[in-house]
Amino acid sequence: MTILKLLAAATTALLVQAAQADITIGISLPLTGPASGLGIPMANYIKLWPQTIAGEKLVVTVLDDATDPTKGVVNAKKFVTEDKVDILMGSAATPVAIAMADTAAESGTPQFMFSPAVLPAGKDAWAFRLPQGNAVMAFAMIEHMKKLGVKTVGFLGYTDAYGESWLTDFKAQSVALGGPQIVAVERFARADTGVTGQALKLVAANPDAILVVASGSGAAMPHMAIVERGYKGRIYQTHAAATRDLMRVGGKAVEGAYVTSGPAVIPEQLPATHPSKALAADFVAKYEKVYGAGNRNQFAAHAYDTVVVLEKVIPVALQKAKPGTKEFRAAIRDAMETMGRTVVSHGVLNYSKDNHWGFTTETGVVLKVVNGDWKVE
Amino acid sequence: MDWSIAGILALDGVTTGAIYALLALAIVLVFAVTRVIFIPQGEFVAYGALTLALLQLGRLPGTVWLLLALALLAAALDAIAGLRRGLAVGTLAIGALRSLAFPVGVTVFALWAAPRQLPLLVQSLLTLAIVTPLGPLVYRLAYEKLADATVLVLLIVSVGTHFALTGLGLVFFGAEGFRNPSFWDARFNAGPLTLTGQTLIIFMVSIALIVALWLFFERTLRGKALRATAVNRLGARLMGISTSGAGQLSFGLAAFMGALSGLLIGPATTMFYDSGFLIGLKGFVAAIFGALASYPAAALGALFVGLIESFGSFWASSFKEVIVFTLIIPVLLWRSFQHGHGDDEE
Repeated sequence: MTILKLLAAATTALLVQAAQADITIGISLPLTGPASGLGIPMANYIKLWPQTIAGEKLVVTVLDDATDPTKGVVNAKKFVTEDKVDILMGSAATPVAIAMADTAAESGTPQFMFSPAVLPAGKDAWAFRLPQGNAVMAFAMIEHMKKLGVKTVGFLGYTDAYGESWLTDFKAQSVALGGPQIVAVERFARADTGVTGQALKLVAANPDAILVVASGSGAAMPHMAIVERGYKGRIYQTHAAATRDLMRVGGKAVEGAYVTSGPAVIPEQLPATHPSKALAADFVAKYEKVYGAGNRNQFAAHAYDTVVVLEKVIPVALQKAKPGTKEFRAAIRDAMETMGRTVVSHGVLNYSKDNHWGFTTETGVVLKVVNGDWKVE
Repeated sequence: MDWSIAGILALDGVTTGAIYALLALAIVLVFAVTRVIFIPQGEFVAYGALTLALLQLGRLPGTVWLLLALALLAAALDAIAGLRRGLAVGTLAIGALRSLAFPVGVTVFALWAAPRQLPLLVQSLLTLAIVTPLGPLVYRLAYEKLADATVLVLLIVSVGTHFALTGLGLVFFGAEGFRNPSFWDARFNAGPLTLTGQTLIIFMVSIALIVALWLFFERTLRGKALRATAVNRLGARLMGISTSGAGQLSFGLAAFMGALSGLLIGPATTMFYDSGFLIGLKGFVAAIFGALASYPAAALGALFVGLIESFGSFWASSFKEVIVFTLIIPVLLWRSFQHGHGDDEE
């Protein structure tokens, strides 16, 4: 009898422990500050996340980092020390994501970065990027340029990490693919009131195409300045500009622009053979059902892809260890590195031990602005 | 570089310089009268441009509610102070009515006008009517009680006000930028130069405003009172000039000039809720040229900043801001050699 009671007590204790061992996820997003345009749609989609994955309850906490690296680190420290999260996520702002990476690595917590953050070699053992790296996007752009016979490119980009990494990635990819040469490099900042000087210099260099590296509605001003200076060649924009804000602010001037994008925001126009067509359509349907038609968003799709990845790695990790333990966190990381080709709404992910960027070159799509709307090239 | 490129750059520089000049004048004015280094000056630029942008979309801008909230807060403070001094309730009510009449009127009109998409000019005037009263209200709520504090304390208050206004800007206008329609779409070609109607408007409005300010300070009693306060606060007070009134008036002028700059610059660039800060800082650099005291020197400094920025972006675009803000160092050095290391505090 006593033994039975003891057994019963032990089982209950175990059951309670299992119930407590929910999978905790701590997410730091820029809900305010300059990058809030990226963080808010993500937080919107996170509200639509499933309650359970593989039978385990998900406990998701979202904190605002205000696009501030210091705040991001405070959030990350809180997540790993107080909440003891199994997975750390964020931020959508590159500088914040980079700052959080140290905390993730020190505590041995897998970090899902929602920005294409470049970390020094060996620092990204625990960090996985969900958005496309610039290299795979440059791949799609360069292939498109080659098709159109573009031989020379002028570069007009942000003076920050985004502009810089595009420049280096574009150069490297172009050399590898035998693509166009960069003949002029000019910089500007998001808050600049004009880029007349830069535009004059680029137009004087007269390249076959000009690549504008800027984000959101900030991408329209340089574009308009180049057109204003009478440039007749092709103008390319990066995936950070692939929002309707480009057309809203740019109007007629951005007509005919080529913009790289992830496939998630244009499922209707994807060819039937595109691997992401079904998932992209599913994402758009789910997001727009709640947040209204036409509100689809590149970053919300990253939050969708996160669930796809979680559904793949959590069952694998659960076989090795219990949530809440160091072993489980390591198992998540190992499962990420060995999950193989995974189709998501933004393309195909394939992480490996040496490659935490994930996306294969199947991800990039080049869109053209035609009559104020996107058209897949 | 040839003459045509130099010409285009010069025109571009002078155009932005004209905007910086308005802001520099406002900063000098506020500093001279109240000793406040007015960092939030740029916020009024963003508020002006973005309030108009939202009106253009047929939406009610949040600045209207800010105006109403600040006005109510100020009226409540007035009432409390009045009660403490034992004033009759009737007198207090009349005072509150007088101070609330304009903000409430503007709010009601904005509520009526916002969905109607009135002509651009009416919307611009409404924008000015919404943003301008924010200046005196900010002075009343943030600075008035500290009017006799040191320049440093006032500067700290300015930094706080700047953050508060920028944060509110994000709430009101969202994170994405807007570009306003041009006031005048005409284009004039003179050789390689293209003068747009908007550029002409910027020049004309800036010049008109500078002339109007000069007339105001030289010819009107209120302008002279402001000048007197700038020269000597205590003396002005002894002569019966209300220093608080002077402070409110100078902040009102600053907000007006900021909102006007926002309207002028809105069609030429994409404005974000936080764009104003950098524009205001360039105005501040220009004001430093005038040692925060001389209006003509500040205006010339603003043109110089605009030109340096324009040519800097042509020659070394990655170092443009570095070049502009480094300009402050030689100017400050020269100023400090000229004046020695005296304590500027009164």
